[in-house]
Amino acid sequence: MEQNIIDGLKSKKDQILKQWLEDQSSASEYSNNFNTHEELESQSSELVDILLNSINENNLKDYSSSDLEPLTDYVSSLTISRARQGFSPRETATYIFTLKDALLKALNDLISNDPSQLYQLTILISKFVDNIGILSFETFITGREDVISQQSDEMAELSTPVIRVWNGILAMPIIGTLDSARTQVVMENLLQGIVDTGSSIAILDISGVPAVDSLVAQHLIKTVNATRLMGAECIISGIRPEIAQTVVHLGIDLSQMITKATLESALKYAFNTLQLEVKRVEKKSN
Amino acid sequence: MGEFLLVTIQVDLYDRLALTLEEDLIQMVYKNASKGVLIDISALSIVDSFMGRIIGNIAGMSSIMDAETVVVGMQPAVAITLIELGLPLAGVHTALNVERGMALLESRMSARPDDTSDGDDD
Repeated sequence: MEQNIIDGLKSKKDQILKQWLEDQSSASEYSNNFNTHEELESQSSELVDILLNSINENNLKDYSSSDLEPLTDYVSSLTISRARQGFSPRETATYIFTLKDALLKALNDLISNDPSQLYQLTILISKFVDNIGILSFETFITGREDVISQQSDEMAELSTPVIRVWNGILAMPIIGTLDSARTQVVMENLLQGIVDTGSSIAILDISGVPAVDSLVAQHLIKTVNATRLMGAECIISGIRPEIAQTVVHLGIDLSQMITKATLESALKYAFNTLQLEVKRVEKKSN
Repeated sequence: MGEFLLVTIQVDLYDRLALTLEEDLIQMVYKNASKGVLIDISALSIVDSFMGRIIGNIAGMSSIMDAETVVVGMQPAVAITLIELGLPLAGVHTALNVERGMALLESRMSARPDDTSDGDDD
């Protein structure tokens, strides 16, 4: 019986599409600024096509069914393209929800003499369209999340520069909190920098790290140990008084590591280790 | 090389090969009365906890036979893996490349007080 109804809906495709387009232009929420009318019409007709082609009596209740894939794919790509055009998720969802009205109206025309059946099917169709709307929302959010994670990756990459301060001395100023993911990037960049330049001393400057907790300290110790394994020495510099306080209060033992208060003293230590000397030279005045 | 042994690991070591290496190496240390062992692992791209332990073992064995171990040329990925595995290889000296490893060994040898009385025979 549901099959008949779905066939009935399919036969009323043109009417549904027409009704939907009418509803859209009359909906006050919906602003038609972004798309031309023709574009919208072709988009909508495509969606109605795919919807009516993929719907059947089984997947009306089972949204995870595989024959709904064309529909979910189309809705996802539609949502993404509309998001790029500047539609708000509300607008896209409203766009899909207005289709419900058109579908229900067609349904009402098909079953005019059996109120209980009409009620049952109304609920089913309504839930089905709601699900499509939610899918569009989900796609929107996933898209946003992808952008955010991509940006944070880029930030992690940007904020870990390896600087060659002297022949044989590398420095890496760390700005922002060290978490596990960033430690990985810091370590990789630092170690690769050591290999590339053949440096034997690496200075890790943490003046830009707002707070050092036990986790950050653990990451620092890891980095220092990894540098040692490579055969280079790692100095931690930029230990501000607040950091020293928290480190000692937390009972973190950094005594095995070479730590300096400023980058300057770390550099001095490095010069000393490499047996270099920096002197003031009197300029000849002429 | 004089009183030093140089081992270059050219292939990724599987477990049995690593064990053989450990055994052979320690025999060589004894035979040659070596004072230093230089292990070049620059060609090693994959390391597991077992391999890490073998390196640690070699260092430990050499040290009780009065030879120092220097591991040179560790790849960044290998270093990170060892650290993540919780194997900081304490007691093993490291250097960036063979040249610096040699320099390190030599400087450590000259720092030894009993060097002349011990290694002058050959």
